[in-house]
Amino acid sequence: MAEYKLLTKDFGIEGLQTLPVYERTGGYQGLRKALRDFTPEALIEEVKTSQIRGRGGAGFPTGMKWSFLPKDVFPRYLCCNADESEPGCFKDRYLIDESPHQLVEGLLIAAYALQVQHAFVYIRGEYHDQRILLEQAVEEARAAGYIGTGILGSDFGCDVIVHGGAGAYICGEETALISSLEGNRGEPRLKPPFPAVKGLYGKPTVVNNVETLCNLPHIVNNGGEWFAGIGAEKSRGTRLWCCSGHIEKPGVYEMELGRPIRELFEEHCGGMWKGRTLKAFQPGGGSMQVLLPEHIDLPLDMDAVMKAGSSLGAGAMMFMDETTCLVNVSMRLVDFYQHESCGKCAPCREGTYFESDLMHKLEAGRATAEELATLTDICDNMNGKCFCPLGDTATWFVMSAYKAFRDEFESHVGAGQCPVQARNRAASVAA
Amino acid sequence: MTLSAEVRQAIQRHKDRYPHPKSAILPALWEVQHAEAYVSPEGMRLVAEVLGVAASDVQGVATFYSMYFQKPPGRHSLLVCVNAACALRGADETAAYIERKLGTPPGTTTADGAFTWDATIECLGGCGYAPMMQIDHHFHENLTPDKIDHILERVGGEPAPHEGHAAPSTPSAPSGGGKPPKRRR
Repeated sequence: MAEYKLLTKDFGIEGLQTLPVYERTGGYQGLRKALRDFTPEALIEEVKTSQIRGRGGAGFPTGMKWSFLPKDVFPRYLCCNADESEPGCFKDRYLIDESPHQLVEGLLIAAYALQVQHAFVYIRGEYHDQRILLEQAVEEARAAGYIGTGILGSDFGCDVIVHGGAGAYICGEETALISSLEGNRGEPRLKPPFPAVKGLYGKPTVVNNVETLCNLPHIVNNGGEWFAGIGAEKSRGTRLWCCSGHIEKPGVYEMELGRPIRELFEEHCGGMWKGRTLKAFQPGGGSMQVLLPEHIDLPLDMDAVMKAGSSLGAGAMMFMDETTCLVNVSMRLVDFYQHESCGKCAPCREGTYFESDLMHKLEAGRATAEELATLTDICDNMNGKCFCPLGDTATWFVMSAYKAFRDEFESHVGAGQCPVQARNRAASVAA
Repeated sequence: MTLSAEVRQAIQRHKDRYPHPKSAILPALWEVQHAEAYVSPEGMRLVAEVLGVAASDVQGVATFYSMYFQKPPGRHSLLVCVNAACALRGADETAAYIERKLGTPPGTTTADGAFTWDATIECLGGCGYAPMMQIDHHFHENLTPDKIDHILERVGGEPAPHEGHAAPSTPSAPSGGGKPPKRRR
């Protein structure tokens, strides 16, 4: 079966955004079961049994992350990372748009497992309508006794605060998110200490992605072992794939992990648009390395894609047809990181500036061979040398594209224009 | 302009929600911007006073995040995403079309003060429905010239969000794959 609907199974039901409809589809049964049948420790074990890995990009096992909280240190905090700003990613927006209560329920289950009394959802400022939807869901859940003191007659109490950001990609990095939530500029902090030990307000803190939390009601309802039976050996469950670029049907599709990328590309995305051919694609989001048509049969499996030199990251797939200029795409992604660099560390702040400057020159056909040769040097001085992953990832796509499409990069040198676009123009005139 | 008692009360309510008052700086600045269209010096002073934090902390935050306006924009703010995924589906042409329609380059305000607009490299999360733009917090997606004409005409005649209707007035187009789901509310 190509499609495996778990998180999105009820999407499209009229009024699913409201509490009565969400409850009719089995909503909040997971939370009830968690409070009734599990101690917090047993719930963490259940999530470990499920083998679910974080959906934000790094793929760290969620149960293990939870177990890092030091015992007997309170208060503790839980933050849902809804700062989705990775180029190519729009799944968290979809999850909130369609079923905000699913996220609230997952958040409360995690809050109970971690014995947290304040749970936050940090949502990016641009997702204004989604923030309103979440706030409405939180108020409905509060009125129904799912949020507050003595939830569903238990002795567990938790408040939920929806916190809107204000335009900063860096706040998706967990320590920057915590800085921002504390009311500071969104600059990352040195790790260690990790948030599990010293996070929000200096207290033990867990940061989990929207999609990770949305899985929890299903794990509790059906059991960790059941969940561990879905997907690939080391990538359990389903994922939401944000498909964009030169395809017939862009959008978000949920699929079981371990299925071939080709299935997503051909069956869901409808293949390339306008009958064109695939030149390259980027899995994972704007940070990740480029892959080639020969990689289309790789499984949607975190480790397999990593072995091929890229990553499934936050679940994006951007497809490019044969008219695409990889220098142009690289330039835009580099520009993005230059725009979003927080300025805290020099390798990122200066490096992204040099990268962007060079890529603009190259794209316009004005760079010399000597200048192009500095690209590797610039990136070597950034990758692994920046304060946080933003600076490192600012080099990954452009370096992988330079390696895979070296001729295309070199053909721009001294060309006075973009040779790929010139070729496209000539072809359209001939047609 | 004097900030109303309502803004002060709203800031106070945010302060009361958080375990630590400083955490309320971001939502408090949003209250100021929704009332005044930008983060005014007076508004920043009020935030510092109500939350009991240093004025420099408030200003530091207000200047870090790209969505806080440092000076009053036009009645409506418009952003066109030109990041990679949107560019693959014609975002440059969309931005050029909007520039012709508005008659002013990116990063500026139209002569009649209706729109402040920009082409942004920041991904707005509409990659699957490109080309797209955001006007006053709302997404407009799968844009065509006809659609842009229609939207600019409609929105251009509306008052600024902080002076007229309470946001959100129009829900965004549904996100997600293939089949558009039924709408909420």
